[in-house]
Amino acid sequence: MKRGLALYAVGAYAFLHVPLLILAVFSFNASKFTVWQGFSLQWYAALAQDRDLIQAAANSLIIAVVATALATVCGTLAAYALWKRASGWISASLYLSLVTPEIVTGVSLLAFFQWAFRFLNLRLGMHTVILAHVGFSLAYVVVVVLARLRGFDPALEEAAMDLGATEFSAFRTVTVPYLAPAIAAAAMLAFTVSIDDYVITSLVAGVDSQTLPMVIYALARRGVSPMLNAVSTIIVAGLGALVLASERLRAK
Amino acid sequence: MRRLRRLFLAPGAVLLVLTLVAPLAIVCVYSLMTRGAYGGVERPFTLENYTRFWDPLYGAILWRSCWIAAVATALCLVLAFPLALFIARSGSRKNLYLSLVILPFWTSFLIRTYAWMFLLRDTGLINTVLQAVGVIHEPLPMLYNNGAVILGLVYGFLPFMVLPLYATLERMDPSLAEASADLGARPLQTLWRVTLPLCAPGIRAGSILVFVPCLGTYLTSDLLGGSKTILIGNLVQNQFTSARDWPFGAAASLALMAVAMVLLLAARRQGEEML
Amino acid sequence: MAGDAILELRGVSKRFGSHAAVTGLNLGVERGEFFSLLGPSGCGKTTTLRMIAGFETPDEGEIRLNGSRIEALPPYRRSVNTVFQNYALFPHLTVRGNVEFGLRRMGRTGVDAQVRMVLDQVQLADKASRMPSELSGGERQRVALARALALEPDVLLLDEPLSALDPQLRKQVRTELKDLQKRVGVTFLFITHDQEEALSISDRIAVMNRGAVEQVGTPEEVYRRPKTRFVASFLGAMNWIGGVGLRPEALRISREVDARSRRGVVAGSVFLGSMVHVEMRLENGETCTAQIPHDAAMFRTGESVHVCWNEADELRLPE
Repeated sequence: MKRGLALYAVGAYAFLHVPLLILAVFSFNASKFTVWQGFSLQWYAALAQDRDLIQAAANSLIIAVVATALATVCGTLAAYALWKRASGWISASLYLSLVTPEIVTGVSLLAFFQWAFRFLNLRLGMHTVILAHVGFSLAYVVVVVLARLRGFDPALEEAAMDLGATEFSAFRTVTVPYLAPAIAAAAMLAFTVSIDDYVITSLVAGVDSQTLPMVIYALARRGVSPMLNAVSTIIVAGLGALVLASERLRAK
Repeated sequence: MRRLRRLFLAPGAVLLVLTLVAPLAIVCVYSLMTRGAYGGVERPFTLENYTRFWDPLYGAILWRSCWIAAVATALCLVLAFPLALFIARSGSRKNLYLSLVILPFWTSFLIRTYAWMFLLRDTGLINTVLQAVGVIHEPLPMLYNNGAVILGLVYGFLPFMVLPLYATLERMDPSLAEASADLGARPLQTLWRVTLPLCAPGIRAGSILVFVPCLGTYLTSDLLGGSKTILIGNLVQNQFTSARDWPFGAAASLALMAVAMVLLLAARRQGEEML
Repeated sequence: MAGDAILELRGVSKRFGSHAAVTGLNLGVERGEFFSLLGPSGCGKTTTLRMIAGFETPDEGEIRLNGSRIEALPPYRRSVNTVFQNYALFPHLTVRGNVEFGLRRMGRTGVDAQVRMVLDQVQLADKASRMPSELSGGERQRVALARALALEPDVLLLDEPLSALDPQLRKQVRTELKDLQKRVGVTFLFITHDQEEALSISDRIAVMNRGAVEQVGTPEEVYRRPKTRFVASFLGAMNWIGGVGLRPEALRISREVDARSRRGVVAGSVFLGSMVHVEMRLENGETCTAQIPHDAAMFRTGESVHVCWNEADELRLPE
């Protein structure tokens, strides 16, 4: 049975990875049809000159970095507070946040923002996107950090306080270092989820805050384009490298 | 101690109210209102948005969404189990094989859906190759149907099923499989009578992790399903954008949430909580 | 091999990487006996058990059950069943479900009858519908026993079955196991590192060290007439006085000289309730410990005494 399983695994991994490899291969195709006609970097060159795309990529990056920072900090603090003493409504809300389908989160945020804008002089834009991203990343961060906290011995903090540390400084000097791998993992999770989000972002972004997924979606809707292959390859390679790097760091 | 804790919880609590509680509350209220002349919402309050689901058109959409999500989940389970088994038994290389599964998941869901567009279109790679080889003379219509949506969903969510299955298999006491063999069960019998039943928590967790997002899918059905495959996610999105019928969209959202909640509550067991 | 050997191992060896777990092992177990494999951890007894059960295959040698070779057969084809150290009860099945797991080929009534009989033998008939998580450690062990016995194996392997139990329970369960084996008549192969356990319940003991058997014999034989220094020391405390081995209970302490005695000074004594252990330093620097009855004369630390013994109790063993 072992050989059968191994054979199956090869097939499964092929299923998972080959489509992306094919995308990458055809991003270097000289022609725009799905027939190989020579190696070319023209599509990558076209990408570099697409101002809208580059702006969208920059927006995505800014949003992801800010949202990740906020979500990681708020989430870590919340996870710690929950670990100390559970809060029924907060845990329930976080759980709800995780199980609510993206589309429902998106439309509900849209409805809320539009309602709120009747009283505030604001419009949809980068700030609404960032708030939305922080919102849906929060639960992921809490889950990851809380899982790590479950293996933490509270006696360590008590020992620190026994030796003169305040609660906050015990948290800072004893608990946070212990949590560091989980915080890093949670940040990576939040970052990836934010960079890739389309559904929620498209609903709460303003006209002048296009993100990379929105541009990609528009291109995909119009039809297949090698530029899309090129963008895809860059993103997959980039995120893949990020993941591998963090795995390597974690293994140390 | 309590002050620190409250302080720590405050930002998270505020965020939750702003991004979850208030928005959902508004959706609930809107679902009971009427569509305004210019696309807003206005009174009177009514239950009409919900009774609209008795209309076979909308009922069919809900049903099709459940059906597609169920098929995708079942396929994920069948495809993921042998892979999870393989990884759990691969000894020292477990982490490598696990990373290979997780890696595509970390990259963009949107891009992975686009990859199938590239492969399945009439002018896509598969049709081009098959025609070049002479197997077919006209392109096979593989895109823009339920099958393509299911394929896209399985492709997208397979890692979500592999991980919980692997976690359960990995923690299983190896002496149980030995005991089973000791008592006369052949390897396949051991798999069926011991390993699989003990995997139930992983199967439950994985099924939920796959079914709920599949139920509310928007991107996959939009890009791979075309106009023939309208699922609940597309309906909701539609109502909030082009159709501008927010109250109905709100009701549809809540219907979707209700189905998801029912399933989650049904699948809950003691000691399996994450939060 | 002489007698009615139901299980024989000849020249069995097993290596794990560069570590030789078992080398050239020879063993014969007779039908119906309670046979123990005794040895320290790492001596290869668990590996040997796993090879007999079928979870490992020997690199060299033969394993014969009832005369036929089984070393290449998978576990599910051998008429050998195992009671695992952690019992390995299936958590998702009831006691009944666990016990009838291997009984597939009989009809429903046959299975029920067999299950009932075997649960009666271990006195768990009233807990047949319980789940393993609801049982105590001792009860779980009995289920493991019942499950293995239900298949009526030629040999029942027990992998340190008492080590997971509370110390108070161990003696009681030990006696119950012995009684069970006598009643049922199945050949038991019992693995342990506890020499008191092995001595108290076995018909014969094989003492293992570093992958090989050093001696096989009845409890009395291996204790009173050990063939190597290792066997002597492992079966009980040993004193080595001038190259001669003597058990603590064979030493007597007196204030007068005797035929075979040595002079020494009392270094300390430990009162153990039913007996006293007296440590002494002899003239030539060697130390020894004597075990004397609790009501014997008390000796003070620093007192000069004579240690004596009978020639019959001497053990002259090669180093």
